[in-house]
Amino acid sequence: MRDTSMLDVSSTDVATPTGLSAIGLQFDASKAALIRGLTLHLPDSGIHCLIGPNGAGKSLTLRLLHGLLPPKAGQVFWRGVALSASDRVAQAMVFQKPVLLRRSVEANVDFVLKSRRTKDPDFRDSLLNRVGLAGRNKQPARLLSGGEQQRLALARALAIRPRVLFLDEPTASLDPNSARVIEDILCEERHHGTLCVLVTHDVGQARRLADSVAFVADGTIAEHSPADQFFRAPTSAQARDYLSDHLVL
Amino acid sequence: MHSISEALSLALALVFSADPDLFEIVGLSLYVSLSATLLACVLGLPLGALLATTRFRGRGAALVVVNALMGLPPVVVGLFVYLYLSRSGPLGFLGLLYTPTAMIIAQTLLITPIVAALSRQVLESLDGEYAEQFQSLALSRWQRVQALVWDGRYALLTVALAGFGRAVAEVGAVIIVGGNIDHLTRVMTTAIALETSKGELALALALGIVLMTLALAVNAMVYSVRTTATKAAYA
Amino acid sequence: MRYTSALTSLILSAFMAAPAAADGSILVQSTTSTANSGLYDHILPIFTQETGITVNVVAVGTGQAIRNAQNCDGDVLLVHAKASEEKFVADGYGVARSDVMYNDFVLVGPGSDPANISGGSDAGVALSTIADTQAMFASRGDDSGTHKKELSLWAAAGIDPSTGSGAWYRETGSGMGATLNAGVGMNAYVLTDRATWISFGNKADFDIAVQGDDALFNQYGVILVNPDRCPNVNADDGQAFIDWLLSDTGQSAIGGYMRDGQQLFFPNAG
Repeated sequence: MRDTSMLDVSSTDVATPTGLSAIGLQFDASKAALIRGLTLHLPDSGIHCLIGPNGAGKSLTLRLLHGLLPPKAGQVFWRGVALSASDRVAQAMVFQKPVLLRRSVEANVDFVLKSRRTKDPDFRDSLLNRVGLAGRNKQPARLLSGGEQQRLALARALAIRPRVLFLDEPTASLDPNSARVIEDILCEERHHGTLCVLVTHDVGQARRLADSVAFVADGTIAEHSPADQFFRAPTSAQARDYLSDHLVL
Repeated sequence: MHSISEALSLALALVFSADPDLFEIVGLSLYVSLSATLLACVLGLPLGALLATTRFRGRGAALVVVNALMGLPPVVVGLFVYLYLSRSGPLGFLGLLYTPTAMIIAQTLLITPIVAALSRQVLESLDGEYAEQFQSLALSRWQRVQALVWDGRYALLTVALAGFGRAVAEVGAVIIVGGNIDHLTRVMTTAIALETSKGELALALALGIVLMTLALAVNAMVYSVRTTATKAAYA
Repeated sequence: MRYTSALTSLILSAFMAAPAAADGSILVQSTTSTANSGLYDHILPIFTQETGITVNVVAVGTGQAIRNAQNCDGDVLLVHAKASEEKFVADGYGVARSDVMYNDFVLVGPGSDPANISGGSDAGVALSTIADTQAMFASRGDDSGTHKKELSLWAAAGIDPSTGSGAWYRETGSGMGATLNAGVGMNAYVLTDRATWISFGNKADFDIAVQGDDALFNQYGVILVNPDRCPNVNADDGQAFIDWLLSDTGQSAIGGYMRDGQQLFFPNAG
């Protein structure tokens, strides 16, 4: 299955045969290089956090990994093969600001199910139950509170039974209850073997959830370590500074 | 001022006398303009959706053309349709000139660009909001367009209303291709033009008031539908 | 496919809903003066009751009526511009032309009578005076029968009114009613047929200034559109309508139409 052309590349720049790999990603916007030569290897499952200062390129990285943006150079691989349209069908993303359809709660989930050519009211209701929206089926989605909207967005993402779940600061500015529901569900998904890639500003959240942490600075990965090592003894100076700032706070 | 109050009481008298001629004219106006609106939506909506969701060479030029066609003079459309439907024209064998069908065709041509251009705007701004989410869901173009049209349906209703308003109010096209024939192709606007040319200004104004009341009623209906939808954040 | 077939049936039904040009109905291209004065509302029910033939009337200026008939868009032409009608027949567009009825043109003007021509009966003198005093004059300017008559009156008086165009000579390019409305609005003299004037509802302080000149005679003629050129023409019913108009019954129906106690059209067939 492995692309033979890959063999010529130096060892750190080879896509791993499992999980998600990004190799040498570059992305420019209005001639400014925002992502420069970013390489990252994530395993098949677990929760992996992207943290770093504002403007470091975390959200851009997430979009490049998900294939929402075409990189100027470099490539994203799933299990050693360049990311394909059929891989993307098994990926979902929860955005910082949920974009819900102008429909009822259940119609938002049904819409995604229908896009995958399925119709499964029981599955839909079990998802709504998981995110704490049981019995709210007929309510207009856009009249839910911010936290409820984000939980619905998560239910909608889970409706496609994602192999990879991307989350861009999903709990920023949410009420504590909604944030806890979302964190609990991420832990459940890890248990089910889903790969969760989470951008967060919340160092505490990263400590609670992450299996590994990638520190993004200046459009590249400054450090990627197992979570306990990262929080105990970060190897990069930028990560050390960032963590000490956030511990002081 | 005298003739305005005279027109008002005439309008009331017309409506309350249940004048069958008036109802016939009002009915034909509604039939012609609603049919034209329906056809314009069938033609204009997909065109608007195409322009809103695709990027192709010459799209900018297409947008300019469609926007410019919103200002089509009705008389020009009427003449164009007349030349085609005239017995000596290429479609003369159909025998459609001076029929309500000819009027529907003319009004459809008149308002399709309006429906296309306005629905393009509605769908494009909605697409701007949904695009990233839809891309993440890996939707096909057809799924995207369907979702945009469905979620934009209340805004599109207003688009259709704009088309209907233009159709029901225009006189230049229908008088040429319809001929303003009594009991056959006479609609509100051509009747108003006729009464004006007879110098029956109060009666013309009274018919105008009836037409405006009609437009008001249609608008109020759509408004209430839309308000209900807005309350549910569906519009 | 479901949508396509729904669309097709929608379009088809739109065509079906159109009242087809059924047997027993004819289309008459005619002038605003005859329609707006209510003549057709008076005589057509009588004809339809006798024959079962429905008559649809398109009322436009004589020039446009003739052009429409040349395009085969009509079965019968009933207008008032004798020279143009004879040319229509000579060119093969029409079968034959017959006199139907007449009335006359009148020159109407504001009560203030700025050119001081009121009460006159010489159209040429009146027009010369209007041109000399540069009193406002509203012309149809639309190639209609009335417009052609007006131009022939100016020519007979040896005046070229176009020199005053935009100043005292205002060409509205509109129908008789619109031109009368414009004339009333700007205190301008207007040449109009008597039938339209009598039934006109927005006279304000306007009144007839000049009438009774032989030159103001207004003859209406009727022509069957040539079925050899236009196979769609309903020649049988069209000819039946023409025969009826020229018959004693038709002629007395025309003569019997009164408005405000005045006879508007005078039958003179044959």
